[in-house]
Amino acid sequence: MSEQQDFVEIARSPFSEAFEMFRKNHAAMVGLGVLVLIAVSGVAGPYLYVGDPFEMVWAPTTPPGEDGYFLGTDYLGRDMVSMLIHGARVSITIGLSAALLTVFIGITVGSLAGFYKGWIEDVLMRITEFFQVLPTLLFSMVIVALFGASLPMITLAIGLVSWPAVARITRSEFLRIRELEYVTAARASGVSNLKLIFKVILPNALPPIIVQAALMVGSAILFEAGLSFLGLTDPNIISWGQIIGSNRPYILDASYTVTVPGVAIFVTVLAISLVGDGLNDALNPKLRQR
Amino acid sequence: MAILITILQRIFYAVMLLIAVLVLNFSMLHLAPGDIADTIAQASGGADAEVMEQIRKDYGLDQPFIVQLGQYIGKVLSFDLGHSFFYNQPVTTLIFEKIPATLLLVVTAQIFALVVGILLGIFSARNPNGLLSHFVTFTALFGYAAPVFWTGILLLITFSLNIRLFPSGGMIDVTVEGGFFAHVWDLFRHMVLPVFTLSTIFLALYSRLCRASMMEVLGSDFIRTAKAKGLSENAIIYKHTLKNSLSPVVTLAGIQFSAVVSGAVLVEAVFSWPGLGSLALQSIIARDTPTILGILFFSALVVIVGNLITDMILRLIDPRVGSKG
Repeated sequence: MSEQQDFVEIARSPFSEAFEMFRKNHAAMVGLGVLVLIAVSGVAGPYLYVGDPFEMVWAPTTPPGEDGYFLGTDYLGRDMVSMLIHGARVSITIGLSAALLTVFIGITVGSLAGFYKGWIEDVLMRITEFFQVLPTLLFSMVIVALFGASLPMITLAIGLVSWPAVARITRSEFLRIRELEYVTAARASGVSNLKLIFKVILPNALPPIIVQAALMVGSAILFEAGLSFLGLTDPNIISWGQIIGSNRPYILDASYTVTVPGVAIFVTVLAISLVGDGLNDALNPKLRQR
Repeated sequence: MAILITILQRIFYAVMLLIAVLVLNFSMLHLAPGDIADTIAQASGGADAEVMEQIRKDYGLDQPFIVQLGQYIGKVLSFDLGHSFFYNQPVTTLIFEKIPATLLLVVTAQIFALVVGILLGIFSARNPNGLLSHFVTFTALFGYAAPVFWTGILLLITFSLNIRLFPSGGMIDVTVEGGFFAHVWDLFRHMVLPVFTLSTIFLALYSRLCRASMMEVLGSDFIRTAKAKGLSENAIIYKHTLKNSLSPVVTLAGIQFSAVVSGAVLVEAVFSWPGLGSLALQSIIARDTPTILGILFFSALVVIVGNLITDMILRLIDPRVGSKG
């Protein structure tokens, strides 16, 4: 019996195989670890490190490490650690919800265009191109300026400008997969269009979309940081970009108030892109030789 | 002849896109809470219902949506983007004042990123496991993950505050005296940091793509033939490989135009560069809606024209693009 087992390789689910491949990717695992750490500090941080990030706790621009303030205080004397923790919450919330919205719009548009082809595809792809012509940041600045700077509005603005990339990928995957034999077989056996799209084609189109979605989280975080750096954000919410923007005039006295939150954004987005690369390798084993 | 028709088609399509931008602009203006009458009333310290009604009538706000939309598009097509109540100037005048600064920044940064990116790509493709190749991978990660405004501030702290090499902001120094070259030198010193900051995002992208594309072409049959003919390595790299690997890079550069304009807004804010981005930010803070929408329209125009130019360049360097249709 045991001899036989040496020869027979047990077939595993594609999911566990992908997971195995992801686990072997050191950079991706480090990225994932960093992300978990940031998520935990954002979620549990405010309970572990108690303090109101808006409260003036000590002399303004106290350098890091002095008087018991690990990262110092900003130009209003607010505790940087507390601000960073609360900023992590905003970045994670915006990153995830905007990426979800982006993927939702992108998949809807892309799958309809790729599945039905013809005039539906023409119209939808023209709309996609239209949204690619609008300078993303400027457009979302306008949305936020006209309709108010609340977190849901910022999420909506980011989602509205970022979906074309997802739509394009989804469409090209659908165009490829819809011609495959198992789709033809499903169609011949009378499966409805709705089922064909969501049950037959979409699951097989998902890998590149998942990778793109992971990267979308990163770009949404960068986007939010850019908007809040410009001051176009809810003034009652602290975010990393907003810390940089509001401390910007004081860099002569306290450059760390700008560098440290920037490092937080940089590390988070870098970790996301490492995870994205890892997902890409794990989900598209064929690309590994590249 | 066929090329002329495609070009005309492209231009027609570009005009349609622009009109779509106008429709979007106007719909957003219509949907947003408050209208021009509110803005005027606010600026002049309040007005009663009767005066508000008169203002709405004067500006045609009592007309149905579709009529107003038609009037708006007609006005824009005759180069009238409305009047800025904050600056008390026509929006077109405001934009034309600022557009040279933004174009200078954007175009220089794109050219710099393309040239340096392609050079980095070539050198690292010749030696895929060398130090430079790893450097390209590293800068690609950095360029993606670092927020551009943060990169800008870091450069500002390092090269303007600590080492006083470059001015900390603005475009020209009015106190500079001397001839033409003194002024050009002054402009150059002001440009270095913003241009470099803006190009970091794209430099990484271009160099990585150029390397990948070069390596793909280097593995193809006609390169082996060229080697068998006994051509020198330089001739193979620069004449055969480069020419065939450039089109994905140029395509990407074309797609990036919208991102470049967006990046320019942030870079202008960091270096107080007096361009469209700074104007957009100021008018958003001042709630100056006609100016904001005018800028959105103009930057869409910049992106569309940029795409058109890229398309033409692509046809020039790669005949396959045209024949595919």
